[in-house]
Amino acid sequence: MPINVISAGIATTIQDLGRPGYYHLGIPMGGAMDRLALRAANLLVGNDEGAAGLESVFVGPELEITEDAMVAVCGAELPPKVDGEPRETWTAFQVRAGQVLSFDFLQSGARAYIAISGGINTPPMLGSRSTYAIGALGGVNGRAVQPGDTLPLGNGADARKEGLSVPQKLRRGPGNAAELRVLPGLYWHRITEAAQQNFFADTWKVANEADRMGYRFQGGRTLEFVEREQPFSAGADPSNITDACYPYGSVQVPSGTEPIVLHRDAVSGGGYFMLGTVISADMDLIGQLQPHTPTQFVRVDMDSALTARHDRTATMNAIREALS
Amino acid sequence: MSRYTFGGDEHIFVEVDEAMTLEAFFVSLSMTNAVRDAGIKGVTEICPANASFQIKFDPDVIRPDDLLAELKRLEATAENADRVLDTRIIEIPVYYQDPWTHETLMRFRERHQEPNATDIEYAASINGFDSVEKFIEAHSGAPWFVSMVGFVSGLPFLYQMVDRPRQIKVPKYLRPRTDTPRLTVGYGGSFSCIYSVRGAGGYQMFGITPMPIFDPEQKVSYLNDFMVFFKPGDIVKFKPIDRKSYDAAVAEVQAGSFAPKSSSVRFSLDDYNADIDGTNAKLMGALYAD
Repeated sequence: MPINVISAGIATTIQDLGRPGYYHLGIPMGGAMDRLALRAANLLVGNDEGAAGLESVFVGPELEITEDAMVAVCGAELPPKVDGEPRETWTAFQVRAGQVLSFDFLQSGARAYIAISGGINTPPMLGSRSTYAIGALGGVNGRAVQPGDTLPLGNGADARKEGLSVPQKLRRGPGNAAELRVLPGLYWHRITEAAQQNFFADTWKVANEADRMGYRFQGGRTLEFVEREQPFSAGADPSNITDACYPYGSVQVPSGTEPIVLHRDAVSGGGYFMLGTVISADMDLIGQLQPHTPTQFVRVDMDSALTARHDRTATMNAIREALS
Repeated sequence: MSRYTFGGDEHIFVEVDEAMTLEAFFVSLSMTNAVRDAGIKGVTEICPANASFQIKFDPDVIRPDDLLAELKRLEATAENADRVLDTRIIEIPVYYQDPWTHETLMRFRERHQEPNATDIEYAASINGFDSVEKFIEAHSGAPWFVSMVGFVSGLPFLYQMVDRPRQIKVPKYLRPRTDTPRLTVGYGGSFSCIYSVRGAGGYQMFGITPMPIFDPEQKVSYLNDFMVFFKPGDIVKFKPIDRKSYDAAVAEVQAGSFAPKSSSVRFSLDDYNADIDGTNAKLMGALYAD
């Protein structure tokens, strides 16, 4: 029995934990931008952590649920409603056959993850149901969810009690000013020492161009480059390099003006220098940043990056334990 | 010695050379092959690029410094490897100056260096060709190496197999277009490319191929094993075709009877460096020997 999509919000896509293994062909891993939120929502409703759910940006969809199901919404504070009655985020709630799931206005964050018991059961492509619209992979026929779609549900969810909830201290949203930790590297040597300091000293703001491919930032000082004769086949602009691979989370700054952090649907390569990479522990957070959010890039070394990664894993393990 | 640097806690990025050379590309390809063959636990993605490469790994499985040491050890081995590649040469038909890229380039004229000429007229002129026909002869005369697959969905970057003075160089658009027809044959810097899907792009547009190179539904006959056609190390020979042949090829693709023309070849970088035109003639001989 399917879910009937009545309205789809601004951009609602089917996402799971993605399709690693094809980046060398220009097919990114994709999957939920905030992986912890998707995992938590799935655990709340008794799904495998990697089951496919819906990722909604800023505005929630309106869905008719045609069979009894358990639902959970994690990530952004996008308050859910069942037949107009409010429900809690980060908490499992029951929806009966024929009831309508809808959402109130966004309170904080940017992306809400909606898990439904059984998981969305569209056909996987290259091992994932995640929507990658540029390559027409996954999702509903390779695209985002639209009104009139019917989404099949799988079965096999474990029974969960209504009211099961992720403890408050294990939920994470962005603060008022976000901090993104960056390990300098890649083509860090291309900018001057002053520019290296300014990049971390300045407060940036999330620009309007902020999507699954990447987040653009504005408002810091223009970065100055170390002078050189451009290598053969690199473009003429000092920010150009011979086209190379782009790490997930890498920070490119075309012409030294507006940094772009590549995310889950990254282009796999190109001709812009990168000054470093946002550490893995902070990637989920990026998916929750709204445009205009003040953002500070914070310089870290590899040891701190690995410690942060372990802390993040510990948080996820604590969520698993709390919900088991 | 290559330059090693970390891309966060999950990537190692290795720059073989700042500039594009076939030597650097060969090191990148042999290194990435060596990493794949080594089967290092914790390595999750192996991505060769033009003159560099990138390894993605799980730091919970292998420590970043341990992987770095392992890669450096493999580089020593790769440096001694034969600079020989068993690969294939493929003919890609191109309808140069087609109506679809023409329509698109006219829409974005204000983003171009030379608003009063087409992309290919501009490219011919700044590369010293006195006609577009001669430019097409140069673009389709010598073969090309697929030196990287990526950006999006199986898009190949192609590097011209000629000596540097003869290499075509064309800057990208001043500002990227928001639209490029699917299967456009493009040019930016010293790379040709084929746009695998419709979308934004900054490369100059010269023509279009009737031959799909990415098919997520895997309905195209020669893509039913895998949805992406190209891999790094492929060699490409462009063949100019007219509208009639283009339409015929499109109909064949739809009917499932189009078979890309290709041959297995062995490429030796040392032979190539000793005699570029002779090596190219042999490669094309293999393609057209029936």
